[in-house]
Amino acid sequence: MTDRRAAFDELARRYEARSGVQVKFELYAPSDAYAQKVRAAAQGDNLPDIFGILGEKQDFASFIKAGHILDLTPSMQAEAGSWQQSFVPKALALNEFPAGNSYGVTPGIYAVPIDIMTIQMLFNKDLFKQLGLDPEQPPQTFAEFLNIGRRIKAAGMQGLVSGWGEVWMVNCLANNFAFHIMGRDKVLATIRGEVPYTDSDWVKVFGLFKEMQDSGLLADGVVTMINKNAERLFANGKAVFAFNGSWCVNVYKGMNPGLNYGVMLPPRIADKYPVSIWGGAGSSFMVNTRSPKKAEAVAFLQWLTARDQQLYLSGATMSLPANKDCLAEIPEALNRFARDLELSTHPNTWGIAEHPQVLEALGKGIQSIIIAEKTPEQVASEVRKVKERQTARRRQ
Amino acid sequence: MKLKSILENYIFVFPATLIFVIFYLIPFIWVFQLGLYEWDGIVPAKVFVGLGNFKEILFEDRIWWDSMRNAGYITLIALTLQNTLAFLLAWACDRQMRMKNFYRVLFFIPPVLSEVVVGLVWQWILDGHYGLLNGWLTYAGFPALARSWLSDPHTALTTVAIVHCWKGFGWGFLIFLAGLQTIPRELYEAARVDGANAWSTFKNIMLPLMMPVAALVAILTILGTMQGFVMIIAMTDGGPAYHTQVPVLRILASMRGTSRFGYACAQGISFGFILVALSFIQYRFSRWTRDSA
Amino acid sequence: MMKPGLYKAKRIIINILIHLFLITVAVSCIVPLGWMVSSSLKTQETIFKDMSFIPGEFHFENYVLAWREGGFGRYFLNSIVYTASVVIGIIIVASLAAYAFSRLRFPGRRILFLMFMGAMMIPIPGSFVALYVLLNKLHLRNTALGYIVCMISVGLSASIFLLKTFFDKLPRELEDAARIDGASKLGIWWHVAMPLARPVLAVVVIFNALNVWNEYVLAMILFDSKNLMPLQRALMVFQGEFLTNYPLLMAGLTITALPIILVYLLMQKYIVKGVTAGATFG
Repeated sequence: MTDRRAAFDELARRYEARSGVQVKFELYAPSDAYAQKVRAAAQGDNLPDIFGILGEKQDFASFIKAGHILDLTPSMQAEAGSWQQSFVPKALALNEFPAGNSYGVTPGIYAVPIDIMTIQMLFNKDLFKQLGLDPEQPPQTFAEFLNIGRRIKAAGMQGLVSGWGEVWMVNCLANNFAFHIMGRDKVLATIRGEVPYTDSDWVKVFGLFKEMQDSGLLADGVVTMINKNAERLFANGKAVFAFNGSWCVNVYKGMNPGLNYGVMLPPRIADKYPVSIWGGAGSSFMVNTRSPKKAEAVAFLQWLTARDQQLYLSGATMSLPANKDCLAEIPEALNRFARDLELSTHPNTWGIAEHPQVLEALGKGIQSIIIAEKTPEQVASEVRKVKERQTARRRQ
Repeated sequence: MKLKSILENYIFVFPATLIFVIFYLIPFIWVFQLGLYEWDGIVPAKVFVGLGNFKEILFEDRIWWDSMRNAGYITLIALTLQNTLAFLLAWACDRQMRMKNFYRVLFFIPPVLSEVVVGLVWQWILDGHYGLLNGWLTYAGFPALARSWLSDPHTALTTVAIVHCWKGFGWGFLIFLAGLQTIPRELYEAARVDGANAWSTFKNIMLPLMMPVAALVAILTILGTMQGFVMIIAMTDGGPAYHTQVPVLRILASMRGTSRFGYACAQGISFGFILVALSFIQYRFSRWTRDSA
Repeated sequence: MMKPGLYKAKRIIINILIHLFLITVAVSCIVPLGWMVSSSLKTQETIFKDMSFIPGEFHFENYVLAWREGGFGRYFLNSIVYTASVVIGIIIVASLAAYAFSRLRFPGRRILFLMFMGAMMIPIPGSFVALYVLLNKLHLRNTALGYIVCMISVGLSASIFLLKTFFDKLPRELEDAARIDGASKLGIWWHVAMPLARPVLAVVVIFNALNVWNEYVLAMILFDSKNLMPLQRALMVFQGEFLTNYPLLMAGLTITALPIILVYLLMQKYIVKGVTAGATFG
């Protein structure tokens, strides 16, 4: 998060000038080391007044159960819920544990979102022209999408780049496809164990990756690509498509301000359910239950997520604000990412979580499909086996 | 007198032992205990599972053993290719020759460079579409050999292993060089006067004297390579699929990805025992070669 | 017997081949270094577009910017203190122990040595969390001393192993002579064994200096106060979660690499001169 240091420092300065309360931001990179630090600090009861945790919703739940995180629901609902209502609902939902959640956490809102992000499909307009395509008409259907793949291959160009070396980013797209093909209810039913991963709809989801690879749509080496590498290739006009998060606006601006790219929805495959994108998650801040300055911490977060501060943060770091009143005023480059927020979904809002082992098997399985090592059917049955084993283990 | 002498000897090992006990042994015991629990690293309640984690590692965790095999393969390449290279370079730099100071400086650059730089440069060289290596291959008339080196399942592991060797040979070079320097020059002189040729000098003087150093380098190579992972994260993150997955990445995945802190500890302990076993085999092997030489 | 002329020609050819081999390896080593320095003089826009080794324009101001933005000054000083303390600590503690394992007799010698070797081989995941809790109890967390002792412990086993191997190799005659002259054990260790072990001490210095200089995970976990952070903290400023400022990062990495290269240059003199100096010592 250190790329936001200057903006946070400025906000801290403004807050001190206004309220006399001194706030110190400490930003750390890389995230792996930070995740360890937060866990170690929790063990030693040394967490700061306000902190973020990196990890899955399961870890978030564990921090709450260990008594480290303050329930913010009372503050959110004070004054007729004005604070709660200032947020984009999808962003707040990430930090909420609804009644009857599978994590066993007392229902409530436990963190404050400070920004949101969506993950989208991007295309390079200049390369579209080179391919003889209309840059204002991105592909609508999956067949059109694959056709472009064939053209890319014929032209000797590179297709889609993304950080698919990391499992979660492959899963993002798989999740988009799954929601679109079988609908939210069936995906959640699969997680609950009521539908197996060998269901024909899931095999179809896996098969889409094979079709993309076979058509020539995927860039060489996408299966081991680190996202920063994918961003460099797309920013320098070396790839036609990218699958990337809204943070990329800032990244591309720095590397190649002249990059002429568009944002498109994932192509339509079936008609029963709307297309779906991944989104809602951004950074969130938690308040330490054991902090003597809890009230001050909450007051600061209320100020930080108010309109003016959110607008400043959004402009300075090119991120989507979590405050819904600001969404109308953000720059066009960002707006393209905010437009489809309605279609977005995020696992942390489902109230139920898939086993991390299953998610790993899913992402790694798709990598195997792309390198033509396994068929979609094989992967489906392997993922099913992992799922069954994990379910059995949990029950013990 | 005898007792005093022994106590005096203990003074030598006392500081090291003190630091070792406090800062290694205590955390080690803590980790060992945790290996017997199912714990996510955060909540206060730990669930005792006895040897359950170890049983799971042994009999169910196929990916763990695949990753062990991958690390073994990289280590085998490092033991042969990297150490031969290191020795040859050290030998060349030990001889009276021009520019040896210059080489000595350059050969140690890879270990000094940060993984960020090395990762970026090798990606730039190995990229499937824009990479330098494929460019050269095509230019040299072997376009059929060009491929996505890091994401082709047939080449990924070997490519990662070779980059590892490149990054690591400087250490072997340095230790071999230090070892060669401790061989008294008079021995070479004497051999030359006796009319020995280069090969017999190498075989009869250098090799026996360098055996302990070679054993040292071999053990350091085994430990360093088996435990290596930073370069792999930078290049493939263990992919494609599980083709470049190594044990330390699995341990990290258990700690962070699946939040099974207890299981990660059990994996770490099992890994440690395998490393001890490997080092022991290597130790016996070098003893055997020395005795039969 | 070969004719002298032919012999000479053969030697020249062999030498050329050796040099060719050395040059190939050397070039592969220097390319990344050159790329790092050249990248540090480019801009974020040109760094991946213009892959040439000589940048079109030289942005030397990147170094000034990197130094200021990263806040290098403070961190640099910290890292020098940590590196020097840890290296000196390890040299003394490890060489004492290694000398004992190589030369002295006492009950439990083998067991103790095996324990150190085992420590080198068994990596402990999550030991950082354990260290955190431990140092917290000892009131050493968030202190320079706590970090230094932890880092000494990290490098100890491998250093003992390296030093013991070389002590085993060293001739005992000089030590025997010193003993007959009535020198104490500590005196022999310091005045006789240590100077003889200079080449391997140099390796130990480089090994541990590099280790401490590049360490950041433990530092990040143990320290809360920014004033105590080591050099690697400065580099984090350029590597954001999403945004990486590559030219400044490369400039920062170059600044970071220079002192280590310097240490290596200083130390390799000992590696090369070690025993020839030792031989004239007695």
